[in-house]
Amino acid sequence: MSGLTNIIIKEIRELLTPSTIIPIIVMAFIFGSMGNMMGGIQEEVKEKPVIGIINEDTGDISKIVTEIMNKNAKVVYQGKDINEGLEKIKSEKKGTALLIIPENFTNNIYSDKPGEIEVYWIMRGAGIMDSISSSVVDALIQSVNMEISKTLIENNKYSDVILTPTVKKETTIFKDKEMKGVSPGMISGILSSQSTMIPIIMMMIIMMAGGTVISSMGMEKENKTLETLLTLPVKRSSIVLGKIAGSAIVGLLMAIIYMMGLGYYMNSLSMSSEMNLADLGLSLGVKDYFLVGLSVFITLLAALSLCMILGTFAENYKSAQTLNLPIVLLAVFPMFLTMFKDFDTLPLMLKIVVFVIPFSHPMMAMRNLMFGNYVLVLSGIVYVVIFSVIMMWIIVRIFSTERVLTAKISLSKFRRR
Amino acid sequence: MNKAIEVRDLIKDFGKIRAVDGVSFGVSEGEIFGLIGPNGAGKTTILRIISTLLQVTSGEVKVFNYDVRKDASEIRKMISYLPEDAGAYKNLTGRGYLRFIANFFGNGKKVDEIVDKGIKIADLGERIDDKVSTYSKGMMRRLLVGRALMIDPKLAILDEPTSGLDVINAQEIRNIIKSTVKRGTTVLLSSHNMLEVEFLCSNIALINEGKIVEEGRPSELKEKYDADNIEDVFTEVIK
Repeated sequence: MSGLTNIIIKEIRELLTPSTIIPIIVMAFIFGSMGNMMGGIQEEVKEKPVIGIINEDTGDISKIVTEIMNKNAKVVYQGKDINEGLEKIKSEKKGTALLIIPENFTNNIYSDKPGEIEVYWIMRGAGIMDSISSSVVDALIQSVNMEISKTLIENNKYSDVILTPTVKKETTIFKDKEMKGVSPGMISGILSSQSTMIPIIMMMIIMMAGGTVISSMGMEKENKTLETLLTLPVKRSSIVLGKIAGSAIVGLLMAIIYMMGLGYYMNSLSMSSEMNLADLGLSLGVKDYFLVGLSVFITLLAALSLCMILGTFAENYKSAQTLNLPIVLLAVFPMFLTMFKDFDTLPLMLKIVVFVIPFSHPMMAMRNLMFGNYVLVLSGIVYVVIFSVIMMWIIVRIFSTERVLTAKISLSKFRRR
Repeated sequence: MNKAIEVRDLIKDFGKIRAVDGVSFGVSEGEIFGLIGPNGAGKTTILRIISTLLQVTSGEVKVFNYDVRKDASEIRKMISYLPEDAGAYKNLTGRGYLRFIANFFGNGKKVDEIVDKGIKIADLGERIDDKVSTYSKGMMRRLLVGRALMIDPKLAILDEPTSGLDVINAQEIRNIIKSTVKRGTTVLLSSHNMLEVEFLCSNIALINEGKIVEEGRPSELKEKYDADNIEDVFTEVIK
């Protein structure tokens, strides 16, 4: 073997370790998942939106509206009763909107006044992907406008409203709250700080505090300070709780710094917004903030306990970095999901997965509390408490045995010690 | 003389590998006892079992009549363990590290007294207030020996205390260990440096492949095997 070949083989062996390969596989997986989501968005855009129409107008222009809608949307209700129509749309899995064309619609347009289309939006979730179907209906209303303009021009009826012949009067119904004069897009926009900021902050806290614990365990093993610690007259449970509490304090400190920075950034983006959450009746009370704080704290404990268990498998600082990956995955997955979709609009299997991952709960807590979904928040807190207790019991058990020193994950063949 | 350590028929398995195979020996109070053997002989495993870090597969280990299986927390109050190639918390200063450990053994003035003793043993001068990350290997070892002996433990368990050190540093640490015994501490140490053990220990046990192959006073063993030093004794024994 030549010197060059020898060195190349050595370099490849040194560089192709689990700690270098696994992050790339994880990144590929994340990008693949994002690609799937984008594909899902495209599919949803292609799908016909499910709507209902109440046409109280007998004029020719209203017929343009119903024709376009019937052609491009799946119209599941065409009647005269608003409540009945709303019930029908709500009962449809993908029901999006109920359009009401009032009786003087055609006359108004011919009399130089815009024709009013009353839209009742049924908003299913506040995630980025949840408002796609309403955007499709919005696009259809734009097509209606163009078609009406074309008809007016062809019939030489030059009205003052020829370029914008219709106006929307919107009401959005979201999680049993009826919000007048608001579109789903506006609500999504206002909620975007909750949709993006909280999941990102939670992910950062979990990754940073969790990484600190795992690395600390790796360093303790590498420097053999853990061996010294375990022979001192101190309870094993005190060592475990001390490590978790220390990392929790550091994690919360990091979170506060991130929250301040990211909060300032988000505020600067929403300064121009004319509405805020309080205007929609979506503000949180003291009790709600307490529940959010509790959810964050309990989840941090759960994350740190899980990280301590993973940390016991670290042989040294380098292998500790590899052990961070399961935590990164568990934090990133619910972060993306809660950003793109509301828990309520997820398929059952994904709902189960999201619920089982303890890190999801604080990411969803604030939005759920705004809409009064206390059952999900409280059941999430109870689940995470149970998860944390089990994790802590396991880690105290591990620290009470020699496994804390002898446990390790090795992808190479078993070596004789 | 009372026994500080009693080990009977000790067996320790790691999965299918038997690291310690039926070892028995005793250490009297106030002596320096050396476990000698090549790398991988099982010395560290025995020390870790006595230090309550590893569990016994079978056999019996007692430290001052306390059983390592049942009375681990009592034993931890009396021992001080120095692992081979150990380090300290790199963000602490030498003094800070000694204080961190001393806090487990007392409060207030007592802590100050322990730290002062540790500083005296480590003898690092002004460098005691520098961060541990800036220490050389010799300085680190002196700090850790100071840490291990500052509490005046009833039993000090030292794994390769001078491993990797230069002649001067190794000599200083040997002197520290000798002076510690005068204050009433029993010392159990391991080494693959057989000349060092001959200099330090009143009794030794030679270990090879998890078994004690010979035991006794260094002078008696040399006489028995008509050897000039313990290295020659060991070579003769494992022939």
